[in-house]
Amino acid sequence: MRLNITHRTRYQFDTPKRSLTQSLRLWPTDFDGQTVESWSVDIEGHDVARGAALRDGAGDWIETVAMRNVSDVTIAVSGTVETRDLTGFVRGLREKVSPIAYLRPSPMTRLNDPLRELSAKAVEGLKNPLDRAHALARAVTEAIPYRSGKTVADTTAAEALELGEGVCQDQAHALIAIARAADVPGRYVSGYLHASSDGRMHEASHAWAELWVDDIGWVGFDAANACCPDDKYVRLASGIDSVNAAPIRGMALGGGTEHLDVNVKVLQAGQQQQQQTQR
Amino acid sequence: MPDRYFNEMYHDGAVRPPYEGLEAWARDMPADLRGMKQSEAEKLFRRIGITFAVYGEGGSPDRLIPFDMFPRVFSSAEWGKLERGIKQRARALNAFLSDMYNRGEMVRAGRIPAHLVYQNDAFEMAVTGFTPPGGVFSHIVGIDLIRTGPDTFYVLEDNCRTPSGVSYMLENREIMMRMFPHLFQQNRIAPVESYPALLKRTLASVAPKKCEGDPRVVILTPGHFNSAYYEHSFLADMMGIELVEGQDLFVEGDFVWMRTTEGPKRVDVIYRRLDDAFIDPLCFRPDSMLGVPGLMNVYRSGGVSIASAPGAGVADDKAIYTYVPDMVRFYLGEEPILQNVPTWQCAKADDCKYVLENLAELVVKEVHGSGGYGMLVGPKSTKSEIELFAAKIRENPSNYIAQPTLSLSTCPTFVEEGVAPRHVDLRPYCLVGQEVNLVPGGLTRVALNEGSLVVNSSQGGGVKDTWVIAGSH
Amino acid sequence: MLSRTADNLFWIARYIERAETNARLLEVGARNAMLPDTGSGRGNRNEWESVLMASGTKARFDAKYGAAVERNVETHLFFDADNPSSVSSCFNAARENGRIVRTALTTQVWEALNTAHADLIDLSRQERSSLSTTDLIDWTLRTCSLIRGAGLATQLRNDGYDFTNIGHFLERADSTARILDVKYYVLLPDVAFVGSGLDNYQWRTVLRAMNATRAFHWAYGGEVTAAKIVDFLVLNRQAPRSLINAADGVLHHLLRLETQYGRGCEAQTRARALVDKLNRTTTEVIFDKGLHQFLREFISDVNALGGVVHQVYLSGESR
Repeated sequence: MRLNITHRTRYQFDTPKRSLTQSLRLWPTDFDGQTVESWSVDIEGHDVARGAALRDGAGDWIETVAMRNVSDVTIAVSGTVETRDLTGFVRGLREKVSPIAYLRPSPMTRLNDPLRELSAKAVEGLKNPLDRAHALARAVTEAIPYRSGKTVADTTAAEALELGEGVCQDQAHALIAIARAADVPGRYVSGYLHASSDGRMHEASHAWAELWVDDIGWVGFDAANACCPDDKYVRLASGIDSVNAAPIRGMALGGGTEHLDVNVKVLQAGQQQQQQTQR
Repeated sequence: MPDRYFNEMYHDGAVRPPYEGLEAWARDMPADLRGMKQSEAEKLFRRIGITFAVYGEGGSPDRLIPFDMFPRVFSSAEWGKLERGIKQRARALNAFLSDMYNRGEMVRAGRIPAHLVYQNDAFEMAVTGFTPPGGVFSHIVGIDLIRTGPDTFYVLEDNCRTPSGVSYMLENREIMMRMFPHLFQQNRIAPVESYPALLKRTLASVAPKKCEGDPRVVILTPGHFNSAYYEHSFLADMMGIELVEGQDLFVEGDFVWMRTTEGPKRVDVIYRRLDDAFIDPLCFRPDSMLGVPGLMNVYRSGGVSIASAPGAGVADDKAIYTYVPDMVRFYLGEEPILQNVPTWQCAKADDCKYVLENLAELVVKEVHGSGGYGMLVGPKSTKSEIELFAAKIRENPSNYIAQPTLSLSTCPTFVEEGVAPRHVDLRPYCLVGQEVNLVPGGLTRVALNEGSLVVNSSQGGGVKDTWVIAGSH
Repeated sequence: MLSRTADNLFWIARYIERAETNARLLEVGARNAMLPDTGSGRGNRNEWESVLMASGTKARFDAKYGAAVERNVETHLFFDADNPSSVSSCFNAARENGRIVRTALTTQVWEALNTAHADLIDLSRQERSSLSTTDLIDWTLRTCSLIRGAGLATQLRNDGYDFTNIGHFLERADSTARILDVKYYVLLPDVAFVGSGLDNYQWRTVLRAMNATRAFHWAYGGEVTAAKIVDFLVLNRQAPRSLINAADGVLHHLLRLETQYGRGCEAQTRARALVDKLNRTTTEVIFDKGLHQFLREFISDVNALGGVVHQVYLSGESR
């Protein structure tokens, strides 16, 4: 599938920030499931110093931007990606991090007893690693049905389980957490999702988890949609949790409050649009 | 049982040669002169502002660390062996770090358990696949040593992040030379004063490739409230480089810049005395105000060098410690010159069982603890203290390691009644850059309380000047 | 040099200067307290209040202590940690700033700052009744001289030295102007007093506060008049605390910076304008305009200059 993506993030500050420094992970990386045909990331509305670009151990491209006296700036991403359905298998991605490193806990995926129980119940009696991974993902889909509104950006996996509902971020965190409880490395992936033809609402800006399956490698699991990523998914960045895998991490100095406007569109080339706005 | 411990000065009824120059000096010093000198030393320390703060104890951050005037002495031959062993160990630790953040050969070879490395809190994902200039991760390696006999030294622990205390090594010497110049005229004592210059050369030698001309080196401090702030400013002063806080630096384009009265100046090498978690809010703790946003991106894209590399701490973890002799064999193909203290890992069931059965004889430490906190000294503990600690071990065995109660050597020390043996350890500071260097000396810590084996400054420890008798050339 | 280092050096100098100003004010108050009622009907109490006005901390004092009696004022101006310009607060702040920029100070300067801090701890542990006001004042003046002298004798004449002096002269300009201003309009609300015995007495107090009584007599002799005093403290280059001397000092060190850095900025322009303005002024012009008005303008010019120095050199934000 050929997907056209536009992703605009606008920051407005009521009093200008003395400085704004951001680390961007806004570039999809080629692997067997996706080929980037064209891609651009522009900073609009403000002078900016860009640099310190690198590819990290997990294969993500990272760039740094710095601005001074910022009151209004937009990070404009657009591009086209050719995707293929690999039923979740992340093949052909060049990376250097040992999968076992992803067994480390993070503040967002810290385990508690309910998470451990959920994990133990999910994999009970299962031997095959791929079956176990699927079972873990299913368990999250059932325990934390998708509903927005109750959870916030820093809700942890344990909190989401207790609330019994959450958004894709919470489901991904919960899946990583219970996978770790079963000794399965897991990681957080942020990316884009094209509206599926099933008529259900999906976020265009999306997140899911990847679990390490012995003898196979990393496999994506989208607990929010009870499936594995296919050609409707564009993989952007990964990390041990949503903070680590955030497409934009920034630090602003100076007083004033921030107003954030995010607009993401994922269109099939030549198709009518799907639009989603977060505020 | 005084014989249980090796006395570094008196052995088999005779004065050991390295201490020969000190016997008469100590014997002939009248008590009042000693008192005078002691208070003079204290005044000097106070005046130059060399103080320390004790973590978690509250109280004044302006406490003095007690200084004992009786030097601790090594012969040139003793030091020669230590030097070879220390340098060997520092090279092996760096080889290990370089390997763990790249191919992980030692793990693949089954010589060290993967989880000890990759699930270690100190392991930094952000550094994977990155090789810093010269392949050096830990540029200043502090190796804590103890001695139990004429020829027996053990490594107690390694410090690969930002070992502190080197300012004491230098100031102790400075003050001894000021107070007892004749001792230095009569004994051939190898100087340590080249340390700052060597440190600067070491740091400059790992400047990134993009650096043009003379590298600009800075020290990054958490700030003047930090207990080691004196040392940070002392080292900056001795090296003639700027002492910066996070707020003095910013990232723009491909580089890190320093805010100066003449506008921004590019920084090439950062000797940071700040924990990993705080150095860059865009990579580590997002709430850190002490670091520099974007620093890690500049580092990983080759715009600046950081000493020690973030993630270097994975090599000095107490659980990794057991494997250091093996690192020497694996990476260097050599036999380790310095031995480890035998260590039981409570994470291993057999070891844990042994530890629990022999707690009264053992010293148990937390894997991640430091400063002598959270430890049990079996022979010095009551039965109920031991039982309490046993419960803690059972609850989380992998958090503990145990070692035999070590017979730390003693060195004569000035006490109320004159001179008496007190237990000592040693921390030399090995510098690793394009070359590996070690100045002849280190920080000797002394347990000032009679019979005490705890040398930590936070628990009744003091410091001594450490001499190496210069060899004949 | 690091902007933060320059900023700390600048503030060390300001704090030392401020500590001295406070000690001198304390001296004035203590001396007046020994004299009989000045006849204004307000008595000695008024003197202590004017001391507080001159120190710029009267509101803070009133809130904490109420009655302006010697012991309270002494506590407030010397020991009180809640008063950021008390002698004790100034020395502690200076020492803390010194600790931060330890590498930019010579051992002598650092030891002087550190000793001041240690002495203060000792003083605070002593019975207050065993400490005489005179001793406290003498100790402060001696300590200020020691710190400044150590700097003068040993500090490298680099840009840090210039920032130290810019801080020193800006603080001095501000405090001289403020003392003059407070004395003028607090103590002379009624024109009828001008030229009277009371007036002379009050003006002498101003001179004493500036440690300038003897210098004044050497320079002018004869009767103490308001015009002479204003000339001395505003326009006379021989008077170490005169406004023109302070302005000269700021300009001199800013020009050194311009030479070292190979470029100047708005700070030099403003400092030059300030000196020019004083050069062109006479006491007649000042009194025509109104001393109060003149001083307000001067204080605001000095503040603006300080703001520019901060923006350009000390904030680290300029490119």
